[in-house]
Amino acid sequence: MSRLRLSRRTFVKTLIATGAAATLPSVAKLAETWAAESHSPHARKTQRRWVMVIDLAACDGCKKCTAACQKEHFVPFGQEWIRVFETGNNPYDKQNFPLPCQHCEIAPCVKVCPVAATYHNDEGIVLVDHNKCIGCRFCMAACPYGVRFFNWTEPKHSPQEQFVQYSPEFPVPHRKGTVEKCMLCAHRVKIGRLPACVEACAAAEMWAIWFGDANENLVTNGRDVAKLTDLLAEGRAFRYKEELGTHPRVYYLLPDRRDRRPADSRKPAGKSDDPYRP
Amino acid sequence: MTPTVPDPHPEERPVLRPLQRTGWGFRLLVAALLAVIAAGAYAYVTQLRLGLGVTGLNNRVTWGIYITNFVFFIGVSHAGTLISAILRVTGAEWRRPITRMAEAITVFALMVGAPMVLIDMGRPERILSVFRYGRLQSPILWDVISITTYLTGSLLYLYLPLIPDMALLRDRLTEVPRWKRALYRALAAGWRGTPRQHAALERGISAMAIVIIPVAISVHTVVSWIFGMTLRAGWHSTIFGPYFVIGAIFSGIAAIITAMGAFRWVYGLGGFLTDRHFRNLGYLLLTFNLLYMYFTISEYLTIAYGAEVKDTTLVHALFYGAFSHVFWVMLIIGLVLPAVLTLIPHLAPIDLLRRVPALRPIPLGVGAAILGGVGATLHVRGVAYVNTTLGVHHDVVLVAAGVLGAAAFLALLPVLKQRPVASIVLASLLVNAGMWLKRYIIVVPSMALPITPTEWATYQPTWVEWSITAGAFATFILLYALFAKIFPLISLWEVREAKVPEPAPGARAQEVVA
Ligand code: SF4
Ligand code: SF4
Repeated sequence: MSRLRLSRRTFVKTLIATGAAATLPSVAKLAETWAAESHSPHARKTQRRWVMVIDLAACDGCKKCTAACQKEHFVPFGQEWIRVFETGNNPYDKQNFPLPCQHCEIAPCVKVCPVAATYHNDEGIVLVDHNKCIGCRFCMAACPYGVRFFNWTEPKHSPQEQFVQYSPEFPVPHRKGTVEKCMLCAHRVKIGRLPACVEACAAAEMWAIWFGDANENLVTNGRDVAKLTDLLAEGRAFRYKEELGTHPRVYYLLPDRRDRRPADSRKPAGKSDDPYRP
Repeated sequence: MTPTVPDPHPEERPVLRPLQRTGWGFRLLVAALLAVIAAGAYAYVTQLRLGLGVTGLNNRVTWGIYITNFVFFIGVSHAGTLISAILRVTGAEWRRPITRMAEAITVFALMVGAPMVLIDMGRPERILSVFRYGRLQSPILWDVISITTYLTGSLLYLYLPLIPDMALLRDRLTEVPRWKRALYRALAAGWRGTPRQHAALERGISAMAIVIIPVAISVHTVVSWIFGMTLRAGWHSTIFGPYFVIGAIFSGIAAIITAMGAFRWVYGLGGFLTDRHFRNLGYLLLTFNLLYMYFTISEYLTIAYGAEVKDTTLVHALFYGAFSHVFWVMLIIGLVLPAVLTLIPHLAPIDLLRRVPALRPIPLGVGAAILGGVGATLHVRGVAYVNTTLGVHHDVVLVAAGVLGAAAFLALLPVLKQRPVASIVLASLLVNAGMWLKRYIIVVPSMALPITPTEWATYQPTWVEWSITAGAFATFILLYALFAKIFPLISLWEVREAKVPEPAPGARAQEVVA
């Protein structure tokens, strides 16, 4: 009948249909990345899975880890990327409790960041890209461990700091208006060194912090090397706020254990030397 | 000025007068608002220069009154949707004179509310990253999407019913400045009022009315999800979506009543905004008040009864602790008093109060002077307590203020009973204030709550935050006042079209002026 006379209505319809057809695949792609990024922690098999184990029985609360961390990263004033809390039910029952970022496998901070400034790197470490962070502080609201800090003003810059090439793995120099936290010394572990806090704890002869790779099932505290699974089982390990489902990569060994050297106490199962736990 | 032909609609003159003439009052208002906005701008420049460190925010309480303002204004923006869309869709005829004001509130509240997030950002210059690197799994993206949709939709929804009025002004206001005439001509978009144009417009408006309702609901739902999606006590709650939506509509109704009251008083629009409108909106306000009470009780009873440690810590702080002052003031002025005020015309025993001598103005004034003096003295000594726990002195002052306020309220009741409109407007003002406090109570305590083995955090907003907040409110009022100078506040063509004409509008107008 009419030669190529598209009515306006048909034209609009075609346009919408084409638009929808073009958008659908990208929506599907988005759903895919979403699933991969934040909902199935084990979906991505990474070559390394760094973990930290903190032996609460060995920690004496000297805060050398905090000091070493601050020195290593030129941490801005007012921030403690690994903070040693004092807990306990009464003054005679004090318990030290070092708290770094837990590097959650299902990290609430990573979930909510609108621009992917907070992300998991290929070794499972949660990093912050300060070139991307828009300073909305949603991640601070979302983190259940309160380990994130904000640069409220321009941080003081020391001379050494100025020579550092910025990278999310070593976020120096620090920037106003962005969020900071423990990055598990990603810059050190990359070249085979232990995180600064682990080294400092060993140097103070506490050996309370273990660090290693869960894929290799090996951890070290700077003196001994232990099998991660044994260490966790014998230390009756727990993870902080495990019930939240964040799957932290930081484990804690119970403070009230009888033996203080979990790595070499290999008792046969069922025969505990703990009188209170037969 | 005087039309050559007899004016067929003399009752519309009060609506058109503000568009034709600008008095000193208006200029003064604009000057005052601009001064407040300038102070806010100065504060913001300070913040840009020195960083968010100039606010009271800290690493524990990372969101404060900026986010409070954001939630508040987005809530207020629900005025337009409710009044005009829901009432339009349900065919409530009495809505006709108030739709325009409501729709304008929506647009301006969004224009002021959305930038609050930008002001809260540490790196505002990176705002475009949200579009470039945006991740759909972040609730912030949900907000960006739904608020921009809502703003676009409500601009359209404000504009469509404006078209016939623009044509009307184009034809009628021939003596206004040239830019205004050009504006009217452009916005009228060639409207001639033909049946075909009418049919198309009606179709467009009904479609927008239906589309805008789910968009509005989504907006406040996703605002609540910013909080609801985290794991914090007091936020991580499944009722947050509906709770926020009801609260938004509640404060939206309060906002529209406030605006109606102001314009009826300033421009003498009593011929259009009759007692009936205030009464009907008063009932709506009461309904949503009760709904909001219901949600509030469900929320706190559930977490207090379950008594998880983090929840009880929060509830204790709200009920008796550091936040109890704000909390109870919010409950009283935001929910209880407005409920009483909207019910006043139906409370017979109120007239008996006239017989109580202690409630007469003179004893009340003397009492106020004495209590005020004592309070001021104690306050000076009590300032040191403000930052940590509020000291004993403060409690004395607060109790005194409470007693005095209650007495004043009782004394006012009989007066208010004779002025139902005034009492509904007063209720709406209180609701506005109460809902702002409620947003504060939602945002701040959950952040100050200890989530690691520490103490409660403190947060004291600084002058920067208060100035910017005042600037935001001034901007809102300024936008609205300018709107009222350019566009008719009443949708004239819709009122003319009304099937049921309002009874004797002229008589009402006089009653108000008197
Ligand atoms: S502890 Fe907090 S900052 Fe660290 S990964 Fe978990 S949620 Fe993110
Ligand atoms: S503050 Fe930065 S890292 Fe945190 S959620 Fe916002 S953009 Fe992401």
